[in-house]
Amino acid sequence: MSEINAEASAESFAAKRVSLVQMRSGQRGRIVVIDGGYGLARKLDALGIRVGKEVTKISAQLMRGPVLLQQDNTQAALGFGMASKVLVELDGGGQK
Amino acid sequence: MKILLMGNPNVGKSVVFNRVTGANVIASNYAGTTVEFTKGSMRLGDRRVELIDVPGTYTLEPTCKAEEIAVEMLDEHTDGDVVINVVESTNLERSLNLTLQLLKRKIPTVVALNFWDETKHKGISIDDKKLEQILGVPCVPICAVTGEGVKQLVGKLKEAKPSDYDYEDNQRWQKIGGIVDKVQTITHRHHTWLERLGDASVRPLTGIPMAVVVMFLAFKVIRFIGEGLIGYVGEPLFEKLWAPVMMKLSAVMGSAGFLHDLVIGQLIDGEIDFGQSFGLLTTGLFVPIGAVLPYVFAFYVVLSLLEDLGFIPRLAVMVDTLMHKLGLHGFAIVPMLLGLGCNVPGALATRVLETRRERFISATILSIAVPCAALQAMVVGLVGKHGAGYLAIIYGTLLAVWVVLGLIFNKTVKGESPEIFLEIPPYRIPYMRSLAKKIWIRIKWFLKEAIPFVLLGVLIVNLLYTFGIIQFVGKITAPVVTRVLGLPQDAVGALIVGFLRKDVAVGMLVGGGVQLTIKQLVIASVVLAMYFPCVATFTTLIKELGVVDMLKSAAIMVISSLVVGGLLNLILPG
Repeated sequence: MSEINAEASAESFAAKRVSLVQMRSGQRGRIVVIDGGYGLARKLDALGIRVGKEVTKISAQLMRGPVLLQQDNTQAALGFGMASKVLVELDGGGQK
Repeated sequence: MKILLMGNPNVGKSVVFNRVTGANVIASNYAGTTVEFTKGSMRLGDRRVELIDVPGTYTLEPTCKAEEIAVEMLDEHTDGDVVINVVESTNLERSLNLTLQLLKRKIPTVVALNFWDETKHKGISIDDKKLEQILGVPCVPICAVTGEGVKQLVGKLKEAKPSDYDYEDNQRWQKIGGIVDKVQTITHRHHTWLERLGDASVRPLTGIPMAVVVMFLAFKVIRFIGEGLIGYVGEPLFEKLWAPVMMKLSAVMGSAGFLHDLVIGQLIDGEIDFGQSFGLLTTGLFVPIGAVLPYVFAFYVVLSLLEDLGFIPRLAVMVDTLMHKLGLHGFAIVPMLLGLGCNVPGALATRVLETRRERFISATILSIAVPCAALQAMVVGLVGKHGAGYLAIIYGTLLAVWVVLGLIFNKTVKGESPEIFLEIPPYRIPYMRSLAKKIWIRIKWFLKEAIPFVLLGVLIVNLLYTFGIIQFVGKITAPVVTRVLGLPQDAVGALIVGFLRKDVAVGMLVGGGVQLTIKQLVIASVVLAMYFPCVATFTTLIKELGVVDMLKSAAIMVISSLVVGGLLNLILPG
């Protein structure tokens, strides 16, 4: 964890706020920004994925494949590009 | 009066529909099983009313064609119509998003809280009475697959009324949050083994091997059931029971002559050969029932099981990266899988894809390179005799064509291919009765579609031969069929009939005195799979793609089948 901590102290704010792509499987966080157009926000909104929601990352496929999310009782697969536009604030700052 | 069944995808609308109408529509455990609306009728008091199974939609602002259809259905409603809003109780918050949008339309509504039984396992408790008070419309807990609560739901239809519930659109989620806080309590509980399995099958490390094993097992089981049914049921039935009857009829009809040949076909060494005689009551019945049905049944048993389990969306996630190379995303695996049974439902399922580009690519590679079960059953039966290696050449070629065409389309077809965005439903233990029903619906549909067309095909084969048309067309097309593809002139008959039924066409490759070498059999099988869709698929594709895109697609089919058939003719030894 030392490398991550070093990075974290350098840009402590950015380390807390990561995209779904950067998030590790099993981590939990709250969505803070959906950095896309109206279309993307509306699409995600349909499955209840929106700013303020707590989500858990279940897995990510290899080679920039889709990311799997769990929020409430819904699991959804998001393409890599979409997932990179959703930023979350990790629970507990994301590290010890 | 009409009743519209509306709700999010995969909340069990079709199951409710089947329950209430006694009708049979296909229901599965993934979003987008229903892509066109189905109408049925039900008794309400002393009158019959129309019930419509509307494709699932998350919102009334559509994002794909199936959702557009749903919204159109709602827009067409008239006074006195009622909406049954089927809601996933285990996903109340998300479901209410659509519910609130529906209530705003001021159409009389009843809310059906489906999957009520699942809430208990998931530690969710919902106060349905309180929800009813807040929304101002009846809310009925149901479990559609077992039928619990469905009667009460129907009973509440007369109490359906427009809701007084009002809100500002930009406040919708806050309102929903407020409602959920009031009516739902969640208690902590441990993960079930199904959930663990579900998560494991979407992690690359465990998911990829699992997907490979499942597909391999699916293939093995289909062959085992299909071969077993043919060997132990189909063939004995025809050879031991039906053949003697036909021989007697043949004797009565004088063992020869036009009518005899039409009904019984040519006797081969004085005996009936169900594969080669080509009479209406011999080959015409043997092809759909004796040869194809066993594989169709086997295929649908396995597919239906995987669908109800919830495996398909997970497979879509696993193949997503690959499908992007073909200009599609992972969910496009659904039309392909359905197409392996019959290209018609496969072509319809392309509606789950968002853009015209994706629908064009998927429909075209589907109808060129995804062989239907009927064609496969005949090919496996005829070519398999010569060794599995030849089957591998056929399947390998089609797979290569599928990939190569996709790669080319991805570079050349204009438009957008969005990324995958798909709800992954929980794994569910299939409910055996609805599983059996679904398999039965599909078998019945196959028999109804196949038998008339097979008989028509056999009839036309006889007429074509009797009037010398095949020989005539064979001479005209000889430069292409004989030179490029290396097939005998007679094989052109199969290409003509292939437009009606591909299984009959494959059967023609060995019947009617045509003698093909195994190399020619392999080439003919590949060309028959690729060159053009059968008439049922063709008409579906025109509806789905429009005439212009269909013509483009058809040109690609003809050209690619000639190129691939010609290449095989050059490459294959013998």
